[in-house]
Amino acid sequence: MTALSALIRRDIRIALRVGGGALIGVLFFLTVVVLMPFAVGPDLALLSRLGPAILWLGALLASLLTLDRLFMADHEDGSLDLITMSRTPLELACAAKALAHWLAAGLPLIVATPVLGLLLNLDMVATGAVALTLLAGTPALTFTGMIGAALAVTLHRGGLLMAVLVLPLSIPVLIFGVAASQAVIVGPMTFGAPFSILCALSLVSLVVGPFAAAASLKHGLD
Amino acid sequence: MTLIDLANPTRFLALTARVLPWLAAATVILLTIGLYQSALAPDDYQQGATVKIMFIHVPNAWLSMFVWGVMSIASLGTLVWRHPLADVAAKAAAPIGAAFTFLALLTGSLWGRPMWGTYWEWDARLTSVLILFLMYLGLMALWRAVDDPSRAARAAAVLTLVGAINLPIIKFSVDWWNTLHQPASVMRMGGSSLDKSFLIPLLVMAVAFTLLFVTLHLAAMRNEILRRRVRSLQMMQASRVAFSSEMGTGSREETASKGAA
Repeated sequence: MTALSALIRRDIRIALRVGGGALIGVLFFLTVVVLMPFAVGPDLALLSRLGPAILWLGALLASLLTLDRLFMADHEDGSLDLITMSRTPLELACAAKALAHWLAAGLPLIVATPVLGLLLNLDMVATGAVALTLLAGTPALTFTGMIGAALAVTLHRGGLLMAVLVLPLSIPVLIFGVAASQAVIVGPMTFGAPFSILCALSLVSLVVGPFAAAASLKHGLD
Repeated sequence: MTLIDLANPTRFLALTARVLPWLAAATVILLTIGLYQSALAPDDYQQGATVKIMFIHVPNAWLSMFVWGVMSIASLGTLVWRHPLADVAAKAAAPIGAAFTFLALLTGSLWGRPMWGTYWEWDARLTSVLILFLMYLGLMALWRAVDDPSRAARAAAVLTLVGAINLPIIKFSVDWWNTLHQPASVMRMGGSSLDKSFLIPLLVMAVAFTLLFVTLHLAAMRNEILRRRVRSLQMMQASRVAFSSEMGTGSREETASKGAA
């Protein structure tokens, strides 16, 4: 237990210091959202209708692109070998690393959402709904993306290939995240059904992600 | 004859060399019967002659999912039992599965044009088959991105199994998304209320396409085994050439130094 909490604290500290790059995710999120009005035009009514979709796409891309180096840096300096050889089960260590990554890179996205909601002409309720769905949905993105990060480190390939492999897996999260936010803004659906499915997706990926990542690391590293 | 006897690639090659002609012949005969029967099948009272696209479209769609199932079993073979031919099977199945998925999409959109008035409709089934196609392409890209086959095999196996868990979830969520956005405006086949005059040709075609897949898969596996042998022979030759040239320069240097002395 202490080993896992030490791992989480270490990862967060590395991510927040110089060279960590956790906050670049927020900057990327901001840039993607700012690009959108240039693509669709400065029509506030249209932007507020597309708002949840834009925020969700931005958060999806930001959280997947920052995941690229989840295991890579540890592999380069050798600490990944220590983690694989330690007596803590690798699945738990993977889950701890993903949790640390979500705390350092996922939570800032949610904190930034209200500001970006202002830019997209979303009212208080809509912004709150998007932030709440992001809070429930981004863990699923992190834990699914971790599989891609583990494959990236075992194959020495990152970037585009991993995005191509992992993005189709995140379609359900996108569907239910946007559906729950839209349910609050325009109706006619209730908020509860898609939101609970979103939570269920997060829980499923919480189980599947660490096992798949650990299997890929165990079989792939040599 | 058990699965473990096939672990020897030479024995696998010998066995498939004997089985393949029979399989190919059975495929051709069944395909001929199936196509003949589908040509004779009556026109639908609503859809007219276009209903005959179904006899090609449905077997392709069924195989697009069946092949992922075969790849998942092969991936279990790679990760759990370490069967030496499992990764060959998984690698050979991916392009064939992608081809079946592509044909299902193509015939589906050709069928959709006269029926729905458009080539592409964001219908739930079409969308989930499109995502399946993207995942096949991703897997093939993964196989091509890594030059060491055993390393690529384990990564692809993990991804195939994750996909096998995720595909039903994706299917379910796309269904949900579709009902949310466009309430049942799309007409669809009458499900199990299919008439016998359609059902029998369809079943024959399904069996024929499955046999076609087995034939193509075994042939592709043979090719893959032979390709790996050629590759390792080339590597051996290259290292022999490099080694002998190294020896050659070494001895020449020796004589040169001797001459200098």
